[in-house]
Amino acid sequence: MEHVELFFKSIFIDNMVFATFLGMCSYLAVSKKVSTAVGLGAAVIFVLAVTVPLNWLLDQYILQDGALSWLGPEYVEYDLSFLSFILFIATIATMVQLVEIVVEKFSPALYNSLGIFLPLIAVNCAILGGSLFMQSREIESLGLALNYGVSSGIGWFLAILTIAAIREKIRYSNVPTPLRGLGITFIITGLMAIGFMSFGGMLTQGDEGTAPSENDQAGIQTEEINQKNIDSTQVVEVSNITNQ
Amino acid sequence: MALLSKKDTKLILDPLSDDNPITIQVLGICSALAITAELEASIVMAISVMFVLGLGNVVISLLRNIIPSKIRIIVQLIVVAALVIIVDLILKAFAYELSKTLSVFVGLIITNCIIMGRFEAFALANRPWRSFLDGIGNAAGYGLILIIVGFFRELLGSGSLLGFKVLGDPISKTGLYAFGYENNGFMLLSPMALIIVGLIIWVQRSKNKALIEEE
Repeated sequence: MEHVELFFKSIFIDNMVFATFLGMCSYLAVSKKVSTAVGLGAAVIFVLAVTVPLNWLLDQYILQDGALSWLGPEYVEYDLSFLSFILFIATIATMVQLVEIVVEKFSPALYNSLGIFLPLIAVNCAILGGSLFMQSREIESLGLALNYGVSSGIGWFLAILTIAAIREKIRYSNVPTPLRGLGITFIITGLMAIGFMSFGGMLTQGDEGTAPSENDQAGIQTEEINQKNIDSTQVVEVSNITNQ
Repeated sequence: MALLSKKDTKLILDPLSDDNPITIQVLGICSALAITAELEASIVMAISVMFVLGLGNVVISLLRNIIPSKIRIIVQLIVVAALVIIVDLILKAFAYELSKTLSVFVGLIITNCIIMGRFEAFALANRPWRSFLDGIGNAAGYGLILIIVGFFRELLGSGSLLGFKVLGDPISKTGLYAFGYENNGFMLLSPMALIIVGLIIWVQRSKNKALIEEE
């Protein structure tokens, strides 16, 4: 149940593109055609599925406060978490290279379809973001980390696939010239993000009172803001991220 | 300006409008939009990126003849990661609340496409001083958009700027609220950031027809 919940939550509620804006650069740049969008999306799923569990292991056994205790009691005091950025990005960069070599060797067909996108992925924020959110959300087991990697990859894939399909169709529409291209893509993405917010109640049977998921809370907060005009400048998305 | 030649000034001013990293080059949107619900967070993010991009450009430019081109991406990532760790530790030490607000988005400066983009496009081929100016200019262009978005979202969403209630107090109904004005809580939600950037692009391209994309 835990797995199913995390799976759907990462795809729909905490969708990487629509809820946290991760990987927007490649999302906007590579979404002109459905076929290339599918290639990049598949590569993202693949790399996330490899790097998130790996970084989970690094986090659990090297970086966290006291994680080095398996080396002996004298290492219990160490807290290396300030190194996580550099270690995560190094893992990602090397894994991307490694994945590229392995895929080229064993599956030339897959390599040809993913080929050009793999090197791009090392600098895709969705990949590093996956690892950083994995760390900040304190995902409990290796299995869940793998699940989180795959499902957030699928969420990203879904997002780029839909926007590419919309962009292919919107060429036939009469969009005001200054909005053509980038402008309208931003606005469509915003509208899609509003649409995805409606998935917020999915895991609570639409009952926001019992077990508020992150986006439910966002919804409730907006209502509160509207009703009571709370003057605090509390940032809704940020509470999305920090309130787990 | 004696310090800056005409070419150098262009390096700084171009990214502010006609070559803006966000609206024209489409770089660095990833970590930008999620933190713009408050003006203060936007400003801090803009300064952090300016620090990382300015210094990073100098370091890469100094190393440009030493880095083997095959492993340059990894070298670049390590340089950025080191600078970002400095920013992160400074924020944690002096502005802990804010660093909680920015959460993972400070870390995501590493993969901010502006940084890699400018390293690849400029610092690898230019002298340190010019690279520094290019970094500052691009970070300023990025920060400008962030601040515009943050300004509107905070003003319309919570009726305040930098935490000061410029439109009056919504609870005791003073200022504008006395006339029945309501905050638009929707502005605080993430989709509005995208829509505001879309509108900025619209305004910018209506003013400068040369920027219009033909598909």
